[in-house]
Amino acid sequence: MKEIRIHGRGGQGAVLAARMLASAFVAEGKYVASFPMYGFERRGAPVVAFTRVDDKPIREKTQIYNPDCLIVIDPGLLTLPTLFTGLQQGGVFILNSPKKLTKQPNENLKIGGVVNATGIAVQEIGRDIPNTCLLGAFAAATGWLKLESILACLADYLSGDILQRNLKSAERGYKEVEVIKW
Amino acid sequence: MKAKKGKVSVMTGNVAAANIARLCRPEVVACYPITPQSEVAESLSGFVADGSLDAEIVEVEGENSAMNVCRAASLAGARTFTATSSYGLVYMYDTLLETAGFRAPVVMINVNRETPGIHAVSSGQQDMISTRDAGWAQIIVENNQEIIDQTIMAYRLAEDYDIQLPVMVNYDGYYLSYLAEAVEMPDQADVDAFLAPLKAQPQRPRIIPGKSTGCGTHGIEMGYVEARYKHWAALERAKKKVDDIDKEFGEYFGRSYGGQIEEYRMNDADIAIVTSGSAAGTAKTVVDAKRDEGVKVGLVKIRLYRPFPEERLIQALKGKKAVGVIDRSICFGWKYGPMCTELKAINSSIGSVPILSYIDGLANLDITIPHINRVVDEVNAAAKGKAYQDVTWIPME
Amino acid sequence: MVIKHQWIFKTEAPWSDANEKMLALDTGSWRTERPVLDKAKCNYCGLCALYCPPQCMKDMGDHYEANLAFCKGCGICAHECPKQAYAMKPEGEFTNES
Repeated sequence: MKEIRIHGRGGQGAVLAARMLASAFVAEGKYVASFPMYGFERRGAPVVAFTRVDDKPIREKTQIYNPDCLIVIDPGLLTLPTLFTGLQQGGVFILNSPKKLTKQPNENLKIGGVVNATGIAVQEIGRDIPNTCLLGAFAAATGWLKLESILACLADYLSGDILQRNLKSAERGYKEVEVIKW
Repeated sequence: MKAKKGKVSVMTGNVAAANIARLCRPEVVACYPITPQSEVAESLSGFVADGSLDAEIVEVEGENSAMNVCRAASLAGARTFTATSSYGLVYMYDTLLETAGFRAPVVMINVNRETPGIHAVSSGQQDMISTRDAGWAQIIVENNQEIIDQTIMAYRLAEDYDIQLPVMVNYDGYYLSYLAEAVEMPDQADVDAFLAPLKAQPQRPRIIPGKSTGCGTHGIEMGYVEARYKHWAALERAKKKVDDIDKEFGEYFGRSYGGQIEEYRMNDADIAIVTSGSAAGTAKTVVDAKRDEGVKVGLVKIRLYRPFPEERLIQALKGKKAVGVIDRSICFGWKYGPMCTELKAINSSIGSVPILSYIDGLANLDITIPHINRVVDEVNAAAKGKAYQDVTWIPME
Repeated sequence: MVIKHQWIFKTEAPWSDANEKMLALDTGSWRTERPVLDKAKCNYCGLCALYCPPQCMKDMGDHYEANLAFCKGCGICAHECPKQAYAMKPEGEFTNES
């Protein structure tokens, strides 16, 4: 079973990203359980989403304490003291940031994927909604999902012009993510 | 199995609930949004707008009116649906009692969230516990597929001529309401077929325009006692009915949940954990792991909470050496958790064994795998005669 | 039961003092931008402190400053200031990223 923890803020699409991930994994024949935790439904308030993926039905309904992968949608959250708590050895880190990662943020991290998802989203979608771009980056850095699966499932959640723009954003995330191995 | 394979898609618990409610063809819907149920209300409005739900949606200014509308519509013979949570559930409390007293077969989804008092926007079963004496049948489910299946079964239970009781289907806020997982949504034709037996039954009394019928005992003393007695008896009958409907559901759709309770690896178990809701899923993982270590533990998942599944619980737990009950709520005035106090009431029938109470999972703090591991270890020790703490607030320790 | 939890509230019912802190809530982590005061424009009228929802404005004697542990970056102070003395600046400019 793989456990993915997504950190974002209300309004950045963290919740939708977790659902899209779920749809993409299900399309590839996996079992998924994905849910967010937040207190007040408010733009800016921290949101954490938990996605579990496995080859058999997932029964546990708890938050994720030992993630295999962290997806960080807001670079401002890097200062959160609990961000890396419980990270498994050999963990993966996907970060939305305009700057490069100059050092290994945590000793348990093995792979890092950094992409300027905000920049790409603003260019492709016209707004700072970096979630779909980060899903593309996730697929590239981890190899746990095919890009095609992500692109196909976006149609379950978006349509028309917005869908096309997000498809581009996700593709660019896949192509432009800088993958570092420690 | 007679049903066609339904459409499999990824849905959150709320969206699954709204969709299955639509497929059950309610005629009147009055629903007020509240976190963590909002998507149910929003989806229903969307279905009416796009024509996929042919119901009269009554826009209400609050949950008290929502239940009043549903009760009135139900007494006029309509199939109704509503959903709420926490503050909304207690805001409709007086009319909740009336709906049950009038034996109006309303089906309501309640998304479990902590109740008012000190303000929490978080998961917990306190709202369900606060209304356990309202006279409704109350069922609590473990995952999104069960939300769908139980809602269909809820209409069969509520509208059964022999029962005529409102039914509340509970599921955990956040852990299920916002959980995206793959579910199989039954075909409309199959939902219709499963609910069709209700049409063959006698018609329940209803308000008819122009006719001077009404419902209420108007202070006739023995009339009140009689109505209460009949209500009480119906709740007693509902227990077996839940088992029967579940069996029929299993034969038709290929999915069965055990009826009043689910017994997981209980046959050869020495000790048992008892819990409900989404935590039961987590508990099953722990039971499997403990079994691999040689601990003969089983899980009883309480599905039907009201009426209390007394007979089934005695049957499942009799002969076990110790029991641990994990309550996701507090029983104000009792030391033990609510489900635990009720189990203690039947302890003499189980064998007067140690029953350990655990209070956990309040306010979005998880009932984690390590917590449940601890429960199993302590129940195991109690079974072997070691001293034990009769109540533990896990988050406090 | 051995209670390891450290009390957050000093009282039986969960009372808190809005002058000292806003409940026990970590509203500071909600912030994506913060108010930056141009002291030259400030006339110490106190409207920002009056309107601040978490009531986190500290009286500095001749101007006010937001208590960043609780400032949620709503921008009401900047909006209400009659001298337009506040600018809302993105948090990213203040935090250290690795």
